[in-house]
Amino acid sequence: MTKKIVVTGVGATTPLGGDVATTWGNLLAGKSGISRIEYDWIAQYEVPVTFAGQAAVKASEVLTPQEIKRLDPSSQFALIAAREAWADAGITEITPERLAVEFSTGIGGVWTLLDAFDTLKERGPRRVLPMTVPMLMPNGPAAAVGMDLAARGGVRTAVSACASSTEAVANAITRLQTGEIDVVVAGGCEAAIHALPISAFAAMHALSKRNDDPAAASRPYDVGRDGFVMGEGGAALVLETEDHAKARGARIYAELAGGAVTSDAYHITAPDPEGSGAARAVLATLEMAGAKITDVNHINAHATSTPVGDIAEYNALKRVFGDHLSNIPVTATKSSTGHLLGGAGAIEAIFTVLAIHNRVIPPTINLDNQDPEIPLDVVTSPREFAAGPILALSNSFGFGGHNAVIAFRSYEG
Amino acid sequence: MALAQADVLAGLAEIVNDETGIPADSVQLDKHFTNDLDIDSISMMTIVVNCEDKFGVKIPDEEVKNLETVGDAVNFIVSAS
Repeated sequence: MTKKIVVTGVGATTPLGGDVATTWGNLLAGKSGISRIEYDWIAQYEVPVTFAGQAAVKASEVLTPQEIKRLDPSSQFALIAAREAWADAGITEITPERLAVEFSTGIGGVWTLLDAFDTLKERGPRRVLPMTVPMLMPNGPAAAVGMDLAARGGVRTAVSACASSTEAVANAITRLQTGEIDVVVAGGCEAAIHALPISAFAAMHALSKRNDDPAAASRPYDVGRDGFVMGEGGAALVLETEDHAKARGARIYAELAGGAVTSDAYHITAPDPEGSGAARAVLATLEMAGAKITDVNHINAHATSTPVGDIAEYNALKRVFGDHLSNIPVTATKSSTGHLLGGAGAIEAIFTVLAIHNRVIPPTINLDNQDPEIPLDVVTSPREFAAGPILALSNSFGFGGHNAVIAFRSYEG
Repeated sequence: MALAQADVLAGLAEIVNDETGIPADSVQLDKHFTNDLDIDSISMMTIVVNCEDKFGVKIPDEEVKNLETVGDAVNFIVSAS
């Protein structure tokens, strides 16, 4: 017997706000979370990209000094998001063995690793912090969340670059469907606004270089797009079996209807221009959801604002949906948040869930001149859904040829 | 010239507070780092290195296991200074 899965809690700290309500409000208002980076290293190394989507609220304003000291910034964001999601779900009692965590990062504790190397070079090995290893390991955020919530049903970390946290949500499905656990806190985080990752992404010409106008730099589907914009933050969802949620009278945002992961085996960074792997992920997700392509009435696209990536995703969607694609309103929320890498899938999952729950699609900003090669119905100001059921997809793709897709459905009780 | 015990205790208490959040006035000579203050071995290593920097002494790794109480640490630092 497969159980239905529902979303009962959301939490986030993003470039648009320190919590979900602020983030969602600013997203609907069409605000940009992208701004100039004020670190000294911008000038010191002449880093070619001088802006990013920095967390609107510093983690040090939320966590204790000891939590800040013992957690990499990525884990700090994870903990803030998970605590908000947990409080939002309102679960007061749970058997620890029936609570699991699926929490991702794309890169891991890059600040910790690079700070530790600086310490080693400047002050020697004895001054390297003993907490360095647990802080830099990619499972650090998942472990921090699991410890904080006393989750003993398994704490796992999917790492698949920018697809990571969509994969984390997808990975929760089977465990909940079989009934081996009741609740999963799933999410992702990233904190890589540091000279080295920025220089490395810039070296591969993946980043926008619109230094003179940061707020306009992330512009998915626009003819003037020139790369993605790094973002940072964390996002978490509380996923629960319908039985468990109903038994405790929980507020249900939406149903998690399906999810799937496929791989391209095409190129380490370039998307397969045919989009067949991404298309298979969409079809497998719809199959799990028991849905037809014509049931889909919203997509939160991966759409990072790179010249080739946005077209490749369009090609994949066209492959799946054919002529129906023009009926599906699409949004690209990275235009406001920047690209949270390992946190992107989770924050976009929340945006998709809230779009369903509030029956309004958040806008894509900076779309001044839509690329004629991508004739999607892109939502540029908040758009309400027509009456009736909603089935929405959230796509994420990552370096390595990873494709992850999840589907949420309006919950009808 | 040896440091004063009271000064070392105050400095150590500040380091412990900074690393763990334990109130500085709980850091008393008779307190056991593990049993009373709940300080784990990883925090202890950071405290040791910070003490070396603050008091200008060397605390060898093999000595750390003998520093069971706050008093042990204070006395070691005073005698090494």
